[in-house]
Amino acid sequence: MQGIGITIKVLIGSIILGYLMAFIAGFSRLSRNPILKYLTVFYVEIFRGTSLIVQLFWLYYAMPILFGIDIGSDYWAGVLAIALNYGAYMSEIVRGSILSVAKGQKEAATALNMSRFQQMRLVIFPQAVRMMLPEFGNYLIQMLKATSLVSLIGMTDILYYGDILRSNNLSQAPTVYLLVLVFYFIMALPLIGMTKRMEKASKKGVASQ
Amino acid sequence: MNNWKWDVFFEAFPIVAAGLGITLGLTIATYLFALLFGFVWTFINRIPLKPVKWLLTWIMEFIRSTPPLVQLFFIFYAWPMVPVVGFALDPFTSAIIGLGIHFSTYIGEVYRSGIEAVDNGQWEAARALNFSTRQKWTKIILPQAIPPTIPMLGNYLIIMFKEIPLASTIGVAGILNLANSYGAANFRYLEALTIVALLFLVLSYPSAILINKLERRMNRRFIKGEPTGSKPVEKEKGAVSQQ
Amino acid sequence: MTEPIVSYKDVHKSFGDTEVLTGIDLDIKPAEKVAVIGPSGSGKTTIIRMLMTLEQPTSGSIIVDGKNLWHMEKNGELVPANEKHLRQVRGDIGMVFQHFNLFPHMSILENCMTAPVHVQKVSKNEAKERAVEMLEKVGLGDKLDNYPNQLSGGQKQRVAMARALVMRPKIMLFDEVTSALDPELVGEVLEVIRDIAKEGEMAMVLVTHEMEFARDIADRVLFLDNGVIAEEGPPADVLENSTNERLQSFLHRFRS
Repeated sequence: MQGIGITIKVLIGSIILGYLMAFIAGFSRLSRNPILKYLTVFYVEIFRGTSLIVQLFWLYYAMPILFGIDIGSDYWAGVLAIALNYGAYMSEIVRGSILSVAKGQKEAATALNMSRFQQMRLVIFPQAVRMMLPEFGNYLIQMLKATSLVSLIGMTDILYYGDILRSNNLSQAPTVYLLVLVFYFIMALPLIGMTKRMEKASKKGVASQ
Repeated sequence: MNNWKWDVFFEAFPIVAAGLGITLGLTIATYLFALLFGFVWTFINRIPLKPVKWLLTWIMEFIRSTPPLVQLFFIFYAWPMVPVVGFALDPFTSAIIGLGIHFSTYIGEVYRSGIEAVDNGQWEAARALNFSTRQKWTKIILPQAIPPTIPMLGNYLIIMFKEIPLASTIGVAGILNLANSYGAANFRYLEALTIVALLFLVLSYPSAILINKLERRMNRRFIKGEPTGSKPVEKEKGAVSQQ
Repeated sequence: MTEPIVSYKDVHKSFGDTEVLTGIDLDIKPAEKVAVIGPSGSGKTTIIRMLMTLEQPTSGSIIVDGKNLWHMEKNGELVPANEKHLRQVRGDIGMVFQHFNLFPHMSILENCMTAPVHVQKVSKNEAKERAVEMLEKVGLGDKLDNYPNQLSGGQKQRVAMARALVMRPKIMLFDEVTSALDPELVGEVLEVIRDIAKEGEMAMVLVTHEMEFARDIADRVLFLDNGVIAEEGPPADVLENSTNERLQSFLHRFRS
């Protein structure tokens, strides 16, 4: 079936950019620079407080008018919307995980005379990442589901082709949509497996409060 | 930034905000549907038959890991074409069923985690006191299982509220739908879509804070407080988490 | 008279409105073993936590090996120390915690190697040699590749000591290191501390509830009460011949 390529391309772009945003925003919120911190809070709350579909339309239709800049392509509008939205949610996981590494770990690192950066890199972060894994895994599937929205801004993903097939032959609608669902599910299966593995991996080696 | 026009904003505002009733109404209706349908999953899950459990797990996983938008299209476009059982549904009802079923799989997990969090001793005590099955559930288990899940259920209300604009794609005239029509008619998407974003923010942000407070109160009562026979409810698997 | 390696000068510490330490003056000589006893909440842990830079004193100063720990000189003025200064001064100090605080994501060997490699910039080979030697010394030479969660509490605490010792500190701090252990595991940990103490060259400050042990290894015992050092002296004087009533009632609780 056509369209799977587009769906996967959007998904991969969203995952990479989304995780990147999550770490950038997660760390910025823990920063001691108040401007950086509150800018991040603003970003996170805006994107968590509104719907993804609204953000997508806003980026696609409204943003070019407001700033006179075009994002360049519907691909980037789609990826940016999904990544910014889920990046905002996941940044809370990044922040929460770092904060929930037990206080004694930081103290032990201090007692070994590590610098603040070394404490984060060698002791806190490796443990925090393990705590993030299960939730990060769940968001993989959320992002896969979210890619279906890009058909609404005219991208030719699976759902887009499904819609075309349906409008060509209305009585085929049940078969068409069932097939689309099955395709999504097949793509989700490896992600589900990955999530399970991430859950297992996270059970090892963490001292949480 | 000089493309922003306040007069357009003020002209569009009442037009877009007129859809608020539909959006909120649909949210409540879908939520109630999901709350009820969640019980169905939980109930089936308690049937002590391996194949039933296995099938249920896969069905729930299928619904949960495929896009609600496609499920919505299935209910709206495909269901009427399904032979024998199919019949046409209006957009509003389709949205309730499509989105409601999607989120009921998450709600069902919340119920399950709530029930599993009730301490084993409570079941044994209910048996020791010779309660009937019905009494055991209504007097012992559910009163302990439900309260700790309330914040999580509240979270899902907010999450669903933010998914409701998906219904605009099948023509439910909520705020996003009206904003898009306004944008298409006047070639002014900017102000109309910004209004939608603002409305969502204004409604969901305070609710999120409220739920957060509730959660903290509940945690005090059920986790850190006196032993009540309840273990803390584990965050359910696959949750679209807000926190 | 040797120069003290650590010297507290009128150190105060408050947490919010509660003043925990109300003027601590204390000199510790190189290689001296000091035991700190006192009721819970008397601030004995806070004393060593301030030396480890885990808590900042509210006022007063702490001198470590001639250097002011919490203050540094800048344009001829004393200003609060920055991280770089703290790191320079605290390099000679090691600490063992009540709850071990081993790094759960590292093997026992890695726990003992990471700081020498990254902080002291010792070569990996040398760090490994040091770590293995130290772990053998604490009796865990056969557990190098195990992870902390595979060890008993007593073993964890011995790893924690090895981890601190590989840094070759001049001052070692022990914060109630046996309080979180099951009674039958206390002995093995005290045994290791005794061995370290015998070697002699390190100054040691032990916050402890083990009175017998304090008497055995300490050169001096401090009784902390109401935020000040209420009594101090050789173990025999403090633990047996003191006339301080609060101290006697405190000790009485341990004897019964």
